Amino acid sequence: MNMPVRKTEAVIALPPTAAKILPLPPKRSAWTSRLMARLAAIAAHVVPPIVVLALILAIWEVLCRKAGATLPPPSRVLSETWELIVDPFFDRGGIDKGLYWHMSASLQRVAFGYALASVVGVALGTLVGQSTWAMRGLDPIFQVLRTVPPLAWLPLSLAAFRNGQPSAIFVIFITAIWPVIINTAVGIRNIPQDYRNVAKVLRLNHAEFFFKIMVPAAAPYIFTGLRIGIGLSWLAIVAAEMLIGGVGIGFFIWDAWNSSHISEIILALIYVGLVGFVLDRIVAAAASIVTRGTAAS
Amino acid sequence: MSSYPYLKLDHIDKVFVRGSTETEVLKDITLGIEKGEYVSIIGHSGCGKSTLLNIIAGLLPVTTGGVLLENREVNDPGPDRAVVFQNHSLLPWLTVYGNVRLAVDKVFSGVKSRADRHAWTLHNLDLVQMTHAKDKRPAEISGGMKQRVGLARALAMEPKVLLLDEPFGALDALTRAHLQDSVMAIHGKLNNTVLMITHDVDEAVLLSDRIVMMTNGPSARIGEVLDVPLARPRKRLQVAADATYLKCRQRVLEFLYERHHFVEAA
Repeated sequence: MNMPVRKTEAVIALPPTAAKILPLPPKRSAWTSRLMARLAAIAAHVVPPIVVLALILAIWEVLCRKAGATLPPPSRVLSETWELIVDPFFDRGGIDKGLYWHMSASLQRVAFGYALASVVGVALGTLVGQSTWAMRGLDPIFQVLRTVPPLAWLPLSLAAFRNGQPSAIFVIFITAIWPVIINTAVGIRNIPQDYRNVAKVLRLNHAEFFFKIMVPAAAPYIFTGLRIGIGLSWLAIVAAEMLIGGVGIGFFIWDAWNSSHISEIILALIYVGLVGFVLDRIVAAAASIVTRGTAAS
Repeated sequence: MSSYPYLKLDHIDKVFVRGSTETEVLKDITLGIEKGEYVSIIGHSGCGKSTLLNIIAGLLPVTTGGVLLENREVNDPGPDRAVVFQNHSLLPWLTVYGNVRLAVDKVFSGVKSRADRHAWTLHNLDLVQMTHAKDKRPAEISGGMKQRVGLARALAMEPKVLLLDEPFGALDALTRAHLQDSVMAIHGKLNNTVLMITHDVDEAVLLSDRIVMMTNGPSARIGEVLDVPLARPRKRLQVAADATYLKCRQRVLEFLYERHHFVEAA
């Protein structure tokens, strides 16, 4: 980058010694400036949460440093749980396992219960949305059952299954299914008559109508239900596992409480929060892929 | 030659029952339409012309009477009576191509090969000059373009009767004229049998071989049927000054605004 190239004709007319060289800001290439703009945009979203997080940690540290504090400050949480953080994969048998194993056990239960709830929920929601008689018969029952707290089902399912694993899965299922049913039904009921007319003129059969009209038309509603469902599932699994015991993040927390490892509880809570966030994002991403086009009608 | 009309509406009555109140919408509608004919049904809003179209399409049941296509009664919807809906009714999650292809796949599933169905879909998009936007979704194209795609979808079913339900009603005047020209060109080329619902007098006279004028509801009837003896192909500008055109236009206007003026609008 030499100056004469960028200088205007006026400079060339003057003797070189008389030219007063003004320090121009270095001209950035288009690529660099675009990169800077991108970085600035990312920073605008990343910096605020980091600042807030730092503030919260600082306040927490100050409050819990004092003598007689009941909870550990973040520095002690980090030092006490460092082993758990760096080695999530250890397995010393029984429930003495790394956090990875606890998390994956919980996620497996959620996966089973949630998958079951999705399939059954969409099917029942379709039935209730399509048939007036099914709606009259089932809707009042659904409206009552959905208000039952998830954990209230646990003793009943333990009595029925006589085993912790299926009981936990059942609790996830029964927790996640209501929003899926209700939202699917609303989505099906809101399919415009125009689409139904198109299907009739084309003489689509039931299966074709279901897959080519109903599912895509109701997809935004169905995914709203699925997203609420995954959030509730993750809420319920921690509570359910506290009661059924065994490997799982819920019982890990309960076990840590019984052994007064408060730092471990805090670490587990952070992990639970992060995983819940990721689950929600995954369903939201699936929704935006599947419903692209549908929402903008 | 057959002694019966291609499409016959035979003494159609339609009564809507809601609770204990009965509303007679259509009364004794009888009409014959020949193959290749372009017939418009015109009337004030609320006279039941859309109801009549839905009955012919099979989307609504008749109360008494019947619809006969090639002397056979039809009372459920089917691709032999393809409808271009007023509000286009394209499926927003499918592309322009996908919307037409869905109809082609369904109607010609056992008849045409995959490659043929693909070619037929493109052919029909080409007919309405929409090939350039075939990969766009309905939300990304204009109202006139959506209506073109709706027309392509209907044409692609190779219907015996093409039913147009106020297809240009929601469009601005210029787009509407453009689309009317397209429909005229396609009708000239394929010689489809067309039944069009409209409330636009100029549109009816320009496009139709016959205009069916309906009286006001309830109990709407066919008031008058007018032949439009204008030679085809018709050119918008030439026809506008033609004496026959003006006479037909005058007749329809007289019917609509003198003898059967819309009471509620007054």
